[in-house]
Order: sequence, then C-alpha cells, then structure tokens
Amino acid sequence: MATTTVDQRRAGGVHAKQSAGRRGRAGFAEAVRSEITKIRSVRSTYWTLLALIVVCVGVGALFSYGDASRVTSAATAADRVAALAHARAFNVSGSLAGLLIGQLVIAVLGALTITSEYTTGMIRTSLTAMPRRTTVYAAKAVVFGTVALVTGLVASFASFFAGQALLTGVHAGTSLGQPGVLRAVVGGGLFLAVCGLLSFGIGGLLRHTAGAISAAVGVLFVAWSLSGFLPSPPSGWFGQADIDKWIPFNAGGAIWEHFTGLNMFSPWIGFAVFCCYAAAALAAGLIVFCRRDA
Amino acid sequence: MIEARSLTKRYGDTVAVDDLSFTVEPGRITGFLGPNGAGKTTTMRLILGLDRPTSGTVTVNGRPFDKLAFPIREVGALLDAKAVHGGRSAYNHLLCLAQANNLPKRRVGEVLELVGLSDVARKRSGGFSLGMGQRLGIAAALLGDPQILMFDEPVNGLDPEGIVWIRTLMKALAGEGRTVFVSSHLMSEMESTADHLLVIGRGRLIADCSVAEFIKANSQRYVRVRTPRPGALVRLAAAAGGVVKDDGDGHLVVRGLDPALLGDLAFEHDICLHELAPVDASLEQAFMDLTASSVQFRAGKLDEQDHERAGRELVRAGEVA
Repeated sequence: MATTTVDQRRAGGVHAKQSAGRRGRAGFAEAVRSEITKIRSVRSTYWTLLALIVVCVGVGALFSYGDASRVTSAATAADRVAALAHARAFNVSGSLAGLLIGQLVIAVLGALTITSEYTTGMIRTSLTAMPRRTTVYAAKAVVFGTVALVTGLVASFASFFAGQALLTGVHAGTSLGQPGVLRAVVGGGLFLAVCGLLSFGIGGLLRHTAGAISAAVGVLFVAWSLSGFLPSPPSGWFGQADIDKWIPFNAGGAIWEHFTGLNMFSPWIGFAVFCCYAAAALAAGLIVFCRRDA
Repeated sequence: MIEARSLTKRYGDTVAVDDLSFTVEPGRITGFLGPNGAGKTTTMRLILGLDRPTSGTVTVNGRPFDKLAFPIREVGALLDAKAVHGGRSAYNHLLCLAQANNLPKRRVGEVLELVGLSDVARKRSGGFSLGMGQRLGIAAALLGDPQILMFDEPVNGLDPEGIVWIRTLMKALAGEGRTVFVSSHLMSEMESTADHLLVIGRGRLIADCSVAEFIKANSQRYVRVRTPRPGALVRLAAAAGGVVKDDGDGHLVVRGLDPALLGDLAFEHDICLHELAPVDASLEQAFMDLTASSVQFRAGKLDEQDHERAGRELVRAGEVA
C-alpha cells in the first residue's frame, strides 16, 4: 500500500536536519531528551509519584495528629506537659515520618525505570537507537534523579506543612526559620531522591522488577527493621550501637532527624554515607548494564 | 555495508555463531537463511552491539555499531516487534527513539503515516495486533531514513496482506540503493524477495552466493515420467547414465538425464510415455538438503522415502503458488 511513497517520504528533510545540527554525534543531550520522553509517557510514573506524595503526607499527618491529640487529651497537667514536650521534640521528624514508607515508593519507581526496559524488551530498541551504554545509563539516572528530587521535595515540604498545621493548635509546631528545620525538610527531598537512585542502581544490576524491588526494600527497610533486634553487648564492645548508624536508613535519615541519638551520624555525614551506598549501587548497575548482553 | 570477520559467539559450551565471515553489499536484498536456532538472530544482535562477540569483529560502514555518530540514521533494525514498552503510545515510542538521534519530531508523523499507523498513533502499543506491532517496528527502522535496513523474520505471523506489504517495501528500499539484510527460515520467502543469499547452519556459513547460483548449485533437477512399461524405461535410462527411482505412486524419478534425451530414448525404443515432466526442485528442497546435516533440533531422522515425499509436496506447493 504505502510503499510507493517511500521515496518521497525519505526526502522529508532528515538529512537537512542532520547537516543543520551543530553536534556531530548523538550524545548525552540527545539521550536526556529521549529519557524525558520515556519517563513522562508511561502512566506508572504518574501513579507512583502521586502515591509518593500521598503516602508521605498521609503518614506524616497521622503521626503529627497523634502527637497533637495526646496533648489535648492528657488527663493531668503533668501528662500534658510530658505530651507537649514529646510533640515539640518530634515536630519535624514526626511530620516527615511518612518518608519511611515513601522511600519504598520511590524505590519502586527507581527500579522500574531501568527494569521495565528489560522486562518489556524495550532495551533492545533503546540500545539500537543509542548504543553508547554509559551515556544511556547516565541520562536515565539524571532524568530519574531529577524527577525523584523534585517530587521528593514536594512530598517533604507538603508533609512538613501538613504536620505543622496539625501541631500548631497545641503550640507544638515549628517553622522553617528555626535552626536545622529547613535542612531537615530539604534533606527529606534529597533522601528520597537518593533512595530512588540506590534502587535504580540495583535495578541495573538485577534487571528484574520483582528482584530489584525486593532487594531495595531489603537494603532500605528490612536492614533497618532488623537492626533493632541486634543484641546490646557490654559497653566497650563492638555491637548494636556501632552497627546502627551504618544501617542505610539510619545514615540517610539523619538529615531529616528521623532518629537522633548519641551514636548516630551527624546529618550531613550520615547523608554522605548514604550517598556512598547509592553510588556503590549505581556503579555496580552501570558495570552490569555495560558489560552484559542486552 | 556490513562486514563480519571471523565472528564468533559462545554461550558456555554452546557455539551460537561460529567463525562467520561475510559482507552484506548495498543495493540489494541479502537473505540470511538458516533453520531455527542456526544463529541468525544472534548474528544480527552482534551487528547491533546488543551482544558482545566472543571473538572476531563486525562493522557497519567500516565502524563498530556503537561508534556510529547517529546510529538510526545509518542502520534501521527490526529484530523483535515486541521490543517496545506496551504502556507507551506508538507516537511516544518513536519520539524517544527520534530524540536519541536528534531527528525532528515531524519525522515521527511521517513514518507513522508511511506504515499506516497514523490513526492509532496516540494509542498504547500494548493493545496492538501482531501486524500493527510489526508495522510499528518497521516505522522505527525507517525513522532515521537509514541506508542499511535489517529485518529479523519480518513476515513471521503476518497475514497475506502484511506479507505482501513487507515484501514490496523491502524491494522498494533495495531499489533505492539501500542495503537490505533480511533473515528467514523459509526458503520460499527468500526465493521471492532476496537477490543474494547467506545460508547458515549451526552458526557456520554454508553458502554465500546469488539466489540463482544457489539454486543452480544445489537444486536437483529431475524428470518425472509415467509409463506402462517402467521396467524397460528403467533399464534404458540407467544405461544412458541416469539414476532412476520408483517413487511408489506410478511415477519414475530420473535424475541426471536431460528431459528431451529421455523422451527421445523412449521414442526410439517404442516405450510410450503418459507423462514427462521436468521438475526444478525448489529452493526449499535445496535448502533442506543443504542444511539437513546442520539442523540442531530434528524430530527424528526421516527415511529416504519420506524425504522424497516431503520434497514432492514442497514442489507441488511451489507449483500452486
């Protein structure tokens, strides 16, 4: 049918563009544009990002509401003072508590960004259009990382404001102007983005959606859950306290004060440690992405 | 131009592609023929850099595929029509490929129209039929208006209309001076489309020649005769240097004798013939003979007679077509 038109169609200016283009070679900029189209053209992206915001805000609001209600429902003045002190101590971290679940949601999207290429077979088409794999991987990571960071910041700020709105009624709220608060809220967004990238790296390493998500949940969530079961050895011994701060979630969570203790890393050091874990995952993913047959 | 030099790919103990050297020349359709599992797809994946060769090299226009400046402007490939994200629309699928090679957006609309998918451009490709999926794959291959096109089993599963469409398209592309490299396990398909043949079996190159040469070198012309006096004719033909076989349904199959000579012989000896038919064994038969020894998975050995019968059926099918 349409075959007779091949000739006239091909006259359609493809080479005109080629000569007009300043760049002589498909590279990072082209790969980034391609990846932007990819990430915005599948529904799972929107659903996952929406879920991220809903989960972060919802769980955080629940925590803040609980803290506020314990103040209002205190039976005695002493109870009330104690409840208020608790609410004030956790006014930032409580409102951001949803990040504990949100990290898993962004991990799902991070893994999917790369594993869906393999599970659908799209990778074979993608690499035929752009065979320089390091470029493809980097473009993917940058595009996903940017999306994750922006959405993470939205989720973190929205959670913070929702929580403070609930706590202000009992005079337990705080504001971004207080020391360390802005760092914690911005840090929440950074934390989510790095969680996503860590999972992205695992996705590159494993190539299977289910496997990659399971592994990411293991690293981010299960490791943290299990750390609570470690025995406390006599002081002076290497034990729970020493291991605790190295748990990815504890290190990464330090920046938004999910838990502050004497044995934990300071916010930025903890975050740096967390970034190292993510960098290791990304590097491992890159090596496999480039070396293994697609 | 695609050039493979001693291309080898091993998966553990299995050798998928074994020391393959060939050149795919521009301006014609080169058929890449072999039974299932012969290594055709692996070879194409090696050309596109999807797989890394164990040893040897393969270049496209003199360079490894991943060194091409704008790969899809030089090579358009359809390896697997299913290699798309089903959640993405046809338009966006092509757009992301176009952007990776700095092609204008307008080009996406053009190829969609060319393959007849304009109406469903915004539909998610996961809901496409096999034929539509194949057209989307062709659209992706044509996107960069490349000089080299590679199709892996492009007519598999298509309806007759789709098959004709693809054949016509490939001929048109080759007619424009492009390099068309198409694989198939069906000889009949190649017979009607290809100019040149690369035949492989078990990863090894068996033949590299034109389709006409291939038939000439490999086909076994024979003469089918029917006569009420088979015994006399068998003796005559054998004496004249022919090899005669009774095919079991009243015909004799004579090889190695010219049909005219056989007719004259019968006439001179007063043997009446009820039928005398020269038969060109189809390319299918030649292919089967050639690759019989290299088929990897065979459903038990055919005995000589079965083989002969299968050959006849193919010949008849060829006559009908």
